[in-house]
Formats: sequence, structure tokens, C-alpha cells
Amino acid sequence: MAIDFSREVDYVARLARLTLEPAEKERMAGQLSDILDTARRIQELDTSAVEPTSHVVDMPAVLRDDQTRPSLILSRVLQNAPRRQKEYFRVPSIIRTDPD
Amino acid sequence: MKLYEQTASSLSQLLQNKEVSSVEVVLSFLDRIELIEPYVKAFITHTPAMALETASVVDSRRSGGEELHPLAGVPIAVKDNISTRGLRTTCASKILENYIPPYDATVIESLKTAGLPLLGKTNMDEFAMGSSTENSAFYPTRNPWDLERVPGGSSGGSAVAVSTGMTPLALGSDTGGSIRQPASLCGLTGLRPTYGRVSRYGLIAFASSLDQIGPLSLTARDSAMLMNVIAGHDPLDSTAVSEAVPDYTAHLEDGVKKLRIGVIKQNVATGFDPEITAAVMKTVTLFKDHGAEVDEVSLPLTDYGLGAYYLIAPSEASSNLGRYDGVRYGYNHGGDNIETMFSATRGKGFGAEVKRRIMIGTYALSAGYYDAYYLQAMKVRTLIRRDYEAAFRRFDILVGATTPTPAFKIGEKIEDPLQMYLSDVCNITDALAGVPSLSVPCGISSEGLPLGMQMTASPFREGLLLKAACFLEQKRDPVSLRPRVKLPEGGEV
Repeated sequence: MAIDFSREVDYVARLARLTLEPAEKERMAGQLSDILDTARRIQELDTSAVEPTSHVVDMPAVLRDDQTRPSLILSRVLQNAPRRQKEYFRVPSIIRTDPD
Repeated sequence: MKLYEQTASSLSQLLQNKEVSSVEVVLSFLDRIELIEPYVKAFITHTPAMALETASVVDSRRSGGEELHPLAGVPIAVKDNISTRGLRTTCASKILENYIPPYDATVIESLKTAGLPLLGKTNMDEFAMGSSTENSAFYPTRNPWDLERVPGGSSGGSAVAVSTGMTPLALGSDTGGSIRQPASLCGLTGLRPTYGRVSRYGLIAFASSLDQIGPLSLTARDSAMLMNVIAGHDPLDSTAVSEAVPDYTAHLEDGVKKLRIGVIKQNVATGFDPEITAAVMKTVTLFKDHGAEVDEVSLPLTDYGLGAYYLIAPSEASSNLGRYDGVRYGYNHGGDNIETMFSATRGKGFGAEVKRRIMIGTYALSAGYYDAYYLQAMKVRTLIRRDYEAAFRRFDILVGATTPTPAFKIGEKIEDPLQMYLSDVCNITDALAGVPSLSVPCGISSEGLPLGMQMTASPFREGLLLKAACFLEQKRDPVSLRPRVKLPEGGEV
């Protein structure tokens, strides 16, 4: 019944945008199998007639008036950016420009 | 008695009677920090200048005859996942090592308005994921009752700072036990409020449907006073409830007569350390001797709580932690295209436990698995709530052990995540049900380690828990609330 997680690790790591070292992957495969084996025990329970809980206190959706309000000033928004240029966050190229 | 040995409520009295100044109080705690901190490492950032500035403002306003909050001038330490404007907030993670929040959390604004000087930001498990404070990217925090043991986690720094007299009060956060478990392991009172009772605005998110901020203190009265500062509605947190906030100190002395107390069978279990079970049962007898009605109760879904929690919390974490990509804030590892930059930044910036949880959560939410894992866990959560609703028709308070064992050794569980997770087994179902839950000291083990009892009530009945805890403080065998810290080089402080 145990899930062999070693085949899933690369796929899930890519989905999560996580670079893992080979040793990390190996260790994690075993640990995740153990954890998921325990977690999967909840599948024994019959929940066919049960609604999921998201907020534990019953309350209506909270809305505020649709009015503009001042937001943080730009210098504060940008103060933690590791790379920036003028009023922008700077990132590496997103679209490849060289044909190959 | 030295100022740093006082509880928050007695400091409040001394300050209101103008027997001491807040600057004197803060200086006493700063001296204590200088002496103890090198041995326990409870803080990530110290803020002595800020604390003294707040203290002197409070002093001059008080001497000018202004009516101030009862806790004005009483210092506090805050877990380092609560945003403080202009002051580094790291979540004990390399990825946020240099992050300076541009705004204050709502609880920080409340502390500032009430006039509590901030002594510093406390150590924790990275992103509040852990039960020992060993997952801090910076250093582990040590348990002052035995420096070779963990203080619990994830709010381990907050617990140790209070227990050693480096601060009279602290704020922690509790997602699946992170206030109550360290409170238990360090001999303190720690309260997880009802979900939505305290604003989460500015609390750096781990699992949004579970996270709650709450107090750690030496006594129930101190926690009640701090709850009066932090509880309440907040338009900035759509999950914060608008229920009126009572004065949590009003009924502390009312006793436990006629209180219906249910002992949770699953939380005084046979696999637990027998000393803990014995200490809990002795405390229950004390309740009974003073007029409480006691019976046993079963919460049969407790066995499934761990499984539901370790799907829900990592799923929400994997989504919440998606924001750490090296673009807007935090560590950036570089890379020649956007995906390699994201992946390398996250791979190098997060520690092992955080990566494990992101992986579990990403898996549980991925195509084809959502219904079987996350959705099923959220349905099990409904069943767990029903378990509690049924129990609360018969009882006012449910009790059991806070932890299956006293504080464990540093390194003992770090290589075995599942064993580490099991140290929160008594705390998780309360969090899933969203109900208030408090840990109170109930004895000392034969090895000299604190033991804790957990008490749980229905939503918004924090006052009932604080009342029962206050009763125990007045009645139980006098156990020293604070450890003597045995220094490695000999001697104790």
C-alpha cells in the first residue's frame, strides 16, 4: 500500500519550483512516503454526505465598500526587492529571444 | 524580589501605583537578557533602544496624569513571524533574513497603542513549521529547565524568553500546537484563542485556516490581560470575527464549582508518559474536590486528526509560500531565466522541513489527488468539529495532556519528521475544530521537567479556560514557575 514517492519527487519539485539536491531527493522520498501513509488513513472515513470546513465560525462573506484608499508608497513597496530598476522589480528574461 | 521575576500583572500594579518606572522595568529585563540569552538563544533580534523609548514615553505620560492601559510600560517579546514596521522580521528563514516589513501587524499596532515596550523578536521553527525550534535557520533555542533539551515549538523562543524572566509576556502563533506545546515544555500558560478572535493581519501566513496569534505568560491573569489588548475585530482580516470582546480578567476568581469537565480518553492515553497522565488526573481530582463535575469523554476522530492536519496545513503552506520567489522581497539566488531563478532561490532559501511541507502540499493539491487528499481532509475536519460539538453539549471544558512526553533532547527527533509531528498529537484536533485551547502547568516530572495540561472550550469561551487555569494556580502544590538555569561551566542563574 505504501506509495513509492521516488518517482513523484522530480515531478512535484518542478510543480513547486524547488531545486533539490540528489541527496535531498532521496531522503525526502522516504520521509514523504511515511508521512503520506499516515495521512492517507483519513481515506478510511466515509465522508460522502459531509461538507468540507473552511472557516470554523459560520460567518457571511465579508465585503467592504468599493472605494479607493491610499496604498503603500512606492518606495516602501520596493524597499525589499533584491533587484530593481527605477520603479520596477527586475527579473531575468521570461521569453527566450534567441532561436534554438 | 527583582523586577524581572515579577508577573506582568504585578508589574502593572507597581507601574500604576508609580512605585517603579517603566524605564526601570525595561532595564531590569535588559540586564536579565544580557545574562541569560547567551545560554538559551531565545531571540533573533533585540530592540533595547525601541523598548527604552516606549518606556520613557509611557513614564512621562503617566507622570503627567494620563489614564493609560493597565499594561502600559510592561514589556513584551514577539515571535518573529509577526510583522513589525521598519524592524527585520525573518520567520527564522534564510529566505526572509533581511526582510523589513513596510507595515505593522494589527496586533503590533494594538501593543503600541496600549504602550507595551517591545524587547525583541523571538526565535522559532522556520515559518512556524516544527515542534522544537530546531528548524530555525539561525540556531536552536534551548530549554532553560535542561539546556540539552528542546523548548518545544514553533514558538520556542517566546516560551523560553518568558520562562527565564527575559520578558514577562510574549506573543506566539499556533497553527497546530505552536503556542501550547512550548508552553507545556517550558512550564507556562499558553493560549490558542478561537480562530478569528485575534487578527492575523501581518502574521506571516503558514496555514491560513489554522493560524492564530496568542499569549504566553507565567500566569492566567497575565494571558487574560494580554488578550484584552489583542482580541477583537479587524477590517484588515476578513476571517476576524466581530463577536464582542469580553474583559478576560473579569471572572478569573470565580472558581470551578458546577463546571462540567470532560477528560478526553485519547489525551490521557496508555502510550503517554505515565507521569503526565498522573499529573493530569491529579489536577482533575482537584477540580472535582472543589465542586466541578467530572466525567470521561471520547473524541473518536482524534486518531485521524494528525492525518487531516498533515494534509491541510502543508497544502495551505505550499500555496502561501508560493510568494517567496526572489522578486519582490527576500533572498534571490540568481539564474539566467525566470524558472531557474525561482527554483534555485526557493531550493537554497528554504530549510529542510519547509521544503518537505511544500512538497507534501503540492502533491496533495496536484491534479488527480485533490479530492482524495485535501478535500477529504477538509471533510474530516467537519467530522472532527461535530465530535467537539457533541462533547460540548455535555461539558464546559475538555482536558487532557498537552504533550505525550516532557521536553525531549535536542537532536532526538530531527531526523524523523513523523515522530516530531506526533509530539503535537494532542494539540492538532483543537486547531482543526477552531476552538480555544490553553496549556497550563500541572506538575514537574521526576527529572525536573515541567508537565502541562491542555484545556479546551467551545468557541469564544477563552474566559472559561483562563478562569480554570487561574483556579489551578491558586490551589495547586506550589511548584516554582521558573527554572534555575544550570550553566554548562557550573553554577546556576
